[in-house]
Amino acid sequence: MKIFEKFLHIDRRIIFLLILLGVAIPLIWTLGFNLEVTENVQSVYDLLQNLEPGTRILISFDYDPSTKPEIQPMAISLMQQAFTLRLRIIATALWPMGVQMCNEAYETVSAEYPDVKYGIDFINLGYKSGGMVTINHMAKDFRSTFPADAGGNPIDEFPIMKGIKNFDKIGCMISLSAGDPGLKQWVMIVHDTFGKPVAGGTTAVQAPTMLPYVNEQQQLVGLLGGLKGAAEYELLINKPGFATKGMDAQSVAHLIIILFILIGNIGYFATRKQKPKLEAK
Amino acid sequence: MRRQIPMIITFFVGALIIVSEFIPHRPFGNLSTSLEGWFLIISGFAIILGQLSLFKVNIIKIHRKAPNWPYFIIALVSFSIMVICGILWGTQQQPGLLHTSDKMLNFFGMKPFDYIFKYMFENLSATMFSLLAFFMASASYRAFRARSPESTLLLIAAVLVMLGRTTIGSTLTGWIPESLGFLHLPNIASFIMKYPNTAGQRAIMICAGLGVIGSSLRIILGIERSYLGGK
Repeated sequence: MKIFEKFLHIDRRIIFLLILLGVAIPLIWTLGFNLEVTENVQSVYDLLQNLEPGTRILISFDYDPSTKPEIQPMAISLMQQAFTLRLRIIATALWPMGVQMCNEAYETVSAEYPDVKYGIDFINLGYKSGGMVTINHMAKDFRSTFPADAGGNPIDEFPIMKGIKNFDKIGCMISLSAGDPGLKQWVMIVHDTFGKPVAGGTTAVQAPTMLPYVNEQQQLVGLLGGLKGAAEYELLINKPGFATKGMDAQSVAHLIIILFILIGNIGYFATRKQKPKLEAK
Repeated sequence: MRRQIPMIITFFVGALIIVSEFIPHRPFGNLSTSLEGWFLIISGFAIILGQLSLFKVNIIKIHRKAPNWPYFIIALVSFSIMVICGILWGTQQQPGLLHTSDKMLNFFGMKPFDYIFKYMFENLSATMFSLLAFFMASASYRAFRARSPESTLLLIAAVLVMLGRTTIGSTLTGWIPESLGFLHLPNIASFIMKYPNTAGQRAIMICAGLGVIGSSLRIILGIERSYLGGK
């Protein structure tokens, strides 16, 4: 029965080592498990697919490098789909480092789309502090909230910003969010107050808190949740990237965690009846 | 007066914002828009205040040789390097005070601020967040024990969602015929997330919303005064 007692007290270093191997090996050698597209991800894809070419969409980069592995693949896939459909992207950030995240995603994608021009098809308006108040102010007076782009050039110089005074000429809004301020605030203002379709991408940890907004009122049209959401989107646009590769690592890590939970419970049940006897001795 | 004047301003501004939500016309709508503009300006200055506070707190800890004080030196040095690089040579989109020479650009491949951000800060940040995976694995092994009916329920739900949210879940039950599709692991995980999870989240959100309304009214009416400092 000693073995069952050992099941209860596995050294955490063994768990750490197995997790390390479980994550590293699938990143080097792809396993290629099946991936299915869920309804919430399909809805985001359909939202963009149904927009007319030339429509301006607002993407907010509300995350920082700590969540880049999960959210950046979403940003890249959304940009790829938008540029393929000839949609125009107005990018903002409610998180200071969202500006760099946006620049990096644009640099990655723009190499594939030489026709895409800054100021015509894409603009990065940069970071603005204030969270929900900033969004509310954008809805009333977009141009005074963002008088210049991230480089400090007046937005009047850019054709993409022509006629943008509030959210009226925005086709849809997508927030890539890792917390507050982020997707929840965009839903509350852009959809709930001004009736524009809003979709989003979040970390896997945050996704359960945002699911109540995916409802019959379509407060959120759809939601990309974590790396799996990003991988599903890559599958939809038929451009497998980092998220698809990362899903194998995540799947193996989950499997290892489940195995340890199972081992822990086997040990717990096997030794449960012995404990009173041991205590009596 | 030190407390009464801020309380009067809070009451006036709070009441004005509430009224403007219901009457978005002149003069309330315009006043509300102006106040939002002020808020954006003040929140910009708050960032500077935060940075100065960070500096002050770290210097005090180093001066007093608080536990782990060498780490505070590293924090201050890192902070200073980023600020100096940003001010002197600017960032990718913003020019700095000094001209970025071709020699420097060739050496780093980009401006120094962007180089440090991309090749140091990003990786360190992602590493810190990734460490969670190791701690979560260890914590799950220790915490998820079927000790009671409630914990058993939590355990079963956690395992089903963990499997259903991965590609392994799809592979394991991919063979199940369509008529028994509800047994497919991703479908079970979606069901748990869509119904029990959403119901629980909604209850939390409604309670939190009521709490926010209550505490906001307390601040506007001057009942809650802790934001003014002191007791």
